[in-house]
Amino acid sequence: MIKKERMKVLTHKELAPSIFELTLQGELVAEMYQPGQFVQVKTTEGTEPLLRRPISISSYDSNEKRFTMIYRAEGKGTTLLSQRKQAEAVDILGPLGNGFPLHEAKEGETVLLVGGGIGVPPLYQLSQMLVANGVKVIHVLGFQTKSAIFYEKEFSELGDTYIATVDGSYGTAGFVTTVIDKLEQVFTTIYSCGPTPMLKALEAGYREKKLYLSLEERMGCGIGACFACVCHTGDDPAGFSYKKVCSDGPVFRAGEVVL
Amino acid sequence: MSRLSVELPGLHLKNPIMPASGCFGFGREYSQFFDLDVLGAIMIKATTPEPRFGNPTPRVAETSSGMLNAIGLQNPGLDKVIHGELAWLGGYEVPIIANVAGSQIADYVKVAREISKVGNVKALELNISCPNVKEGGIAFGTVPEVAKEVTKAVKEVSSVPVYVKLSPNVSDIVEMAKAVEQGGADGLTMINTLVGMRLDLKTGKPILSNRTGGLSGPAIKPVALRMIYEVSQQVSIPIIGMGGIATAEDVIEFFYAGASAVAVGTANFVDPFVCPTIIDELPKLLDELGYDHISQCTGRSWKQNEAVANYRP
Repeated sequence: MIKKERMKVLTHKELAPSIFELTLQGELVAEMYQPGQFVQVKTTEGTEPLLRRPISISSYDSNEKRFTMIYRAEGKGTTLLSQRKQAEAVDILGPLGNGFPLHEAKEGETVLLVGGGIGVPPLYQLSQMLVANGVKVIHVLGFQTKSAIFYEKEFSELGDTYIATVDGSYGTAGFVTTVIDKLEQVFTTIYSCGPTPMLKALEAGYREKKLYLSLEERMGCGIGACFACVCHTGDDPAGFSYKKVCSDGPVFRAGEVVL
Repeated sequence: MSRLSVELPGLHLKNPIMPASGCFGFGREYSQFFDLDVLGAIMIKATTPEPRFGNPTPRVAETSSGMLNAIGLQNPGLDKVIHGELAWLGGYEVPIIANVAGSQIADYVKVAREISKVGNVKALELNISCPNVKEGGIAFGTVPEVAKEVTKAVKEVSSVPVYVKLSPNVSDIVEMAKAVEQGGADGLTMINTLVGMRLDLKTGKPILSNRTGGLSGPAIKPVALRMIYEVSQQVSIPIIGMGGIATAEDVIEFFYAGASAVAVGTANFVDPFVCPTIIDELPKLLDELGYDHISQCTGRSWKQNEAVANYRP
């Protein structure tokens, strides 16, 4: 069930330039059940910015009633959010959306987790839960440059982790696909989250795998009411059928919607 | 709760708070947050004769204390609205105000005739002011004679009272209001969104794929108040006011300006609980302001010289 709660800031730190890790505590965590869900964050008590900011859940702990999100402070709202201090309250609506289908990967299987930039965070909870289910995980994470990298150590503790940087300052020079093309193709399933061009490249190159994509789109409400984040469906690309990224997604099977 | 009840043509409202069309879908999403029957009414998303997909994304862009939208009247079409959405809403007691849209008079007539026969539809809201559909909508809402004509045509076929939704994108809103009143409108709803634009700093191009969109949210509240203030003194039909309402205080301001009920729009996106919250807070605010009944607030801004019963400053 979706709840609205003023949650308490437990920790808040800058992981990389403009990349923040925020851990909040509250009852709402009990409603989180799937990796890849997101929350809508009210970044100010006032009306500017007016709308909430959709931010993905990077990990949650139901026992401790806390969850973590990692976001980039880029615009007005996320910059305001980045100034919240320990013990302050943040207005959260969530959990929202449908996340990654965990049970598509069976015990003993090998899966690939592909993240690009600020699309990396939700893969962390996913990876933890897959590993707990006895699934072998391989991570391929893409960043712009060395200084933008975060969570390399955390992911490495869960499975093989390859990094690509666009400028070649760390790991493989290029995109995540540069890394994946060279990997032994032992994996059956790919879970991914990142910019649309990355998702398109995965969809074009790895259609024979079970491929899940987490989409990003401008949202109004985040609950399916405003029709801002609508996309065409794969089987009716020019027709009237549609999916809402916020409430039908943000995770879709490749081909389910038109990117 | 009787101090919040309002009687309007076709509408016996237990309170004057309703979500505005386009900001509440057909109610399903919000039914997971609260019992829809706490609402005075629901203005459902615009319905056209045929299904519409709407505009490409991006469909929303933020602005200072507001947002631009260019959804493009996405809806499943008349048949599915009647047999799917309205049938589902029939599980509730809440009266429905059906927003009727189209691109020619025949469209409005068709939707109005059919949808007004549905039991829980207690009134129509004639949408002649959507700024995001090229072929129609707003064209009907900016020329007084045309607005009057479409109002008349819809009144002839509707089984329930007809409220006409006015566009603020006109030079003389009073003239528009009078025209639709002459066309037989039973009430007015105002205001729809203001046409606006935002540009992307990097590309230099409009953020919205539709280029322009409708501005809503707290930013437009003063415009709405001014227009309701002007129109309410010049027409004798009631006004359902809207435009940036987010609090109980906003509601009272709209009543002061001349509204008899109000709709809450964009605020639903920020806080899904905003309508029940406002309904809960209104009695306390009426106490503070010294009113027994919310209707006493209607038009207080221009009824300066009239004694308002039971007013205790």
